[in-house]
Parts: sequence; C-alpha cells; structure tokens
Amino acid sequence: MNWVVQVGANTLDTIRSFGRAFLMLTGALIAVPQLKNIRLTLQQIYVVGVQSLLIILVSGLFIGMVMALQGYTILVGYGAEGSLGPMVALSLLRELGPVVTALLFAGRAGSALTAEIGLMKATEQLSSLEMMAVDPLRRVVAPRIWAGIISMPMLAIIFSAIGILGGHLVGVDWLGVDSGSYWSIMQATVDWNKDVVNGIIKSIVFAIVVTWIAIFKGYDAVPTSEGISQATTQTVVYSSLAVLGLDFVLTALMFGIN
Amino acid sequence: MTTRKTELMVGFFVILTISATLLLAMKVVNQGFSDNESSYTLYAKFDNIGGLKARSAVKVGGVTVGRVESIYLDPEDFNPVVVLSLSQQYNNFPDTSSVAILTSGLLGEQYIGFQPGFAFDDFVTLADGDYIQDTKSALVLEDLIGQFLFSRDSE
Repeated sequence: MNWVVQVGANTLDTIRSFGRAFLMLTGALIAVPQLKNIRLTLQQIYVVGVQSLLIILVSGLFIGMVMALQGYTILVGYGAEGSLGPMVALSLLRELGPVVTALLFAGRAGSALTAEIGLMKATEQLSSLEMMAVDPLRRVVAPRIWAGIISMPMLAIIFSAIGILGGHLVGVDWLGVDSGSYWSIMQATVDWNKDVVNGIIKSIVFAIVVTWIAIFKGYDAVPTSEGISQATTQTVVYSSLAVLGLDFVLTALMFGIN
Repeated sequence: MTTRKTELMVGFFVILTISATLLLAMKVVNQGFSDNESSYTLYAKFDNIGGLKARSAVKVGGVTVGRVESIYLDPEDFNPVVVLSLSQQYNNFPDTSSVAILTSGLLGEQYIGFQPGFAFDDFVTLADGDYIQDTKSALVLEDLIGQFLFSRDSE
C-alpha cells in the first residue's frame, strides 16, 4: 500500500510544481511594460546573451568545420563534394543551430540564472524586496525571462552563420571544394521560410523552455546550499532533456510531412 | 554603474545578429522568384518526370526564368503534369517552345530546360494557363540500359 501512496504523492508534487511554474510565468510576464524594466532587461541581455557569445562563436565555428571535414570524406567518394554547402547549411539551420545553442545556453546561462535566483532566495533578498513592496517577479524574474527569450534566437542565428563560414573555411579553403558551387548549390537548396524561419521558431521555443526551467528551478529551490546545487544540476539536466525531446516533436511537425 | 559599457556590448550583440541574418539572407538562401503576382503559369505534360521536384528551376540557356510550382498526376491519362511558374519579365515565348527535363552535372539536381521556339512574324506567345505541347521526358537510367541491351540483341 505504501508505494501507491508514494506514487500519488509524487504525482501531486509534480502537478503542484507545474502549477507554481505557471503562476510564476504569468505573474512575471503579464504586466504593463515599464521603462525601468527595459533597462533591467538590457542588463540581463548583457549577462545571458553577450557573455555567452564567445562559447557560441567558438563552438559554432568548430561544429561547422567538423561537419565540412566529415561530409567531405563521404561526399567525395560519390564525386558530390559540391553538395557540401547545402549539407552544412541545412543541418546547421534546421537542427544543430537551435539545438546546440539551447544546450550550451542551458549550461552557460541557465545554470547561472538558477544559482543566482536560488541564492537570492536563500539569502532572503527576494523576501526583502517583497517587504519593500517591490514585486520580485516583476523586478527580478521578468527581465531575466525576457532576456533569455530575446538572446537565444539571436545566438542561434549567429551560431548557424559562423558554422557555415567554418564549413567554408575547411571545405573550400583547405579541402579545395569549388567556392562557387559551395554557395550556389546552397542557395539553390536552402529556403528562407522552410529552413531559416523554422530554425528560428525552434530556437524561440527552446528559449522559452530553457529560461523558464532555469528561473523556476532557482525560484523554487530549497533555500540551502545543497538545495541550490541540486536545483542547478536539475536545470541543466531537465532543460537538455526538454530541448532534445521537443526538437523531435518540432522536427516532425515542421519537416516530417510535406 | 557599468550601464554604458553594457549598452555598448548589447549594441554589438544586436549588430552581430543582424549581420548574421543578412549573411543567411544574402548568401545562403535562394533569392528565387517570390510567389507574387508578377509571374504567370504554364502547364507541361510529361511521360516521366524522373527526379523533378516542386521548386526545381526552369532555365532558358542556363538562365533561371522560373520555378516548378507543383506536380500532379492527370487523373484521366495518368501522365504527370508539371505546373511552371515563370517570371512576368519573360512573357513573350512563342507557343512552339519546348521543354525537357535535364540534369545539372552527373549527380546534380534535375531542372526544366526551356527551349524557345522559332519566332515567326505572326507567332502566338504562350500566355497564362497554356499547355506546352512539345515535351521531352527525363532520362531514366534503367530504361536507357534496357534500350541498349535490346538494340544489341536485335543486331
């Protein structure tokens, strides 16, 4: 009988935490925009976006380079190395750009958000804000959510662009694929609405999910050092799983049925 | 506060994003014909379209003048019908023009080669909704090999 009770308690806990997460999101986002909040958001875009730029640029460049190298060794066997451009571009724009950006973002910025807000809770800064009649949801949570949602699609676009340039570097400059065919076959294959816009939609969805998980985990953390460390780990694990699972669903919806 | 520095860096971030988007828009994506009203539609019936797909190019002497809008099967004689969307800029092809399904390179994608017919003094131009009568189907490798073997046998 005990394990049935356990199952029931776990289910109720999960549903309650979903409810708390939803309340936090609506409490933070449904508000009249204020000028001072825009400035706070700008500050957070610097923290989560600009400071993630280096890791995004470096990994995008290297992923593009690796894909060109691997793709070349296979395609050259069929004499089809001209198709290297569309291969690199399509896989970056459709999959790797949004997904790898979201995973890196969860590790680089998501964990930091969780730790920051969790520590604010542990040191009772959030309660102090409430004492001063400042809503912590508006003041602390909302700018971070907006910053995450704005920054991640931008990072994903930069990731894809630098990856395509990295593919050009390896494929054209080192391995000798014709530069004209790299770009022209890419242009003949890649479609703005189907590939680029769908990739951006994907990364907006990932941005919402990752930022939401990160901030809720911090906001809902047990206010001890152990609780914060657990919350930070959970942020990275849960958002990675959510991104990979959602990616399959979104891919099936966008590219599965023509 | 470091507000000014922050704003500067966020500005750089935005500019970097815009230039990345421009790179994608200019260099990566095809700047083909958008589906607006400055195009007209022609139909062509083939026996076999091979690997032709929607959005394949329509070329006259290598110059892209349009795209394949869609492909469907004629429900009466079961032959594929290809709907071509051509730019209004090129709207004076004679109705004696012919189309063929060609392949760019050995393993390249297939496209429609449009061969304008001879322009007589009183020629009729192809207009929106016309069928192109003279079509050449795609070459299917297995058919070619079959014909080759057959002609060798009969020798």
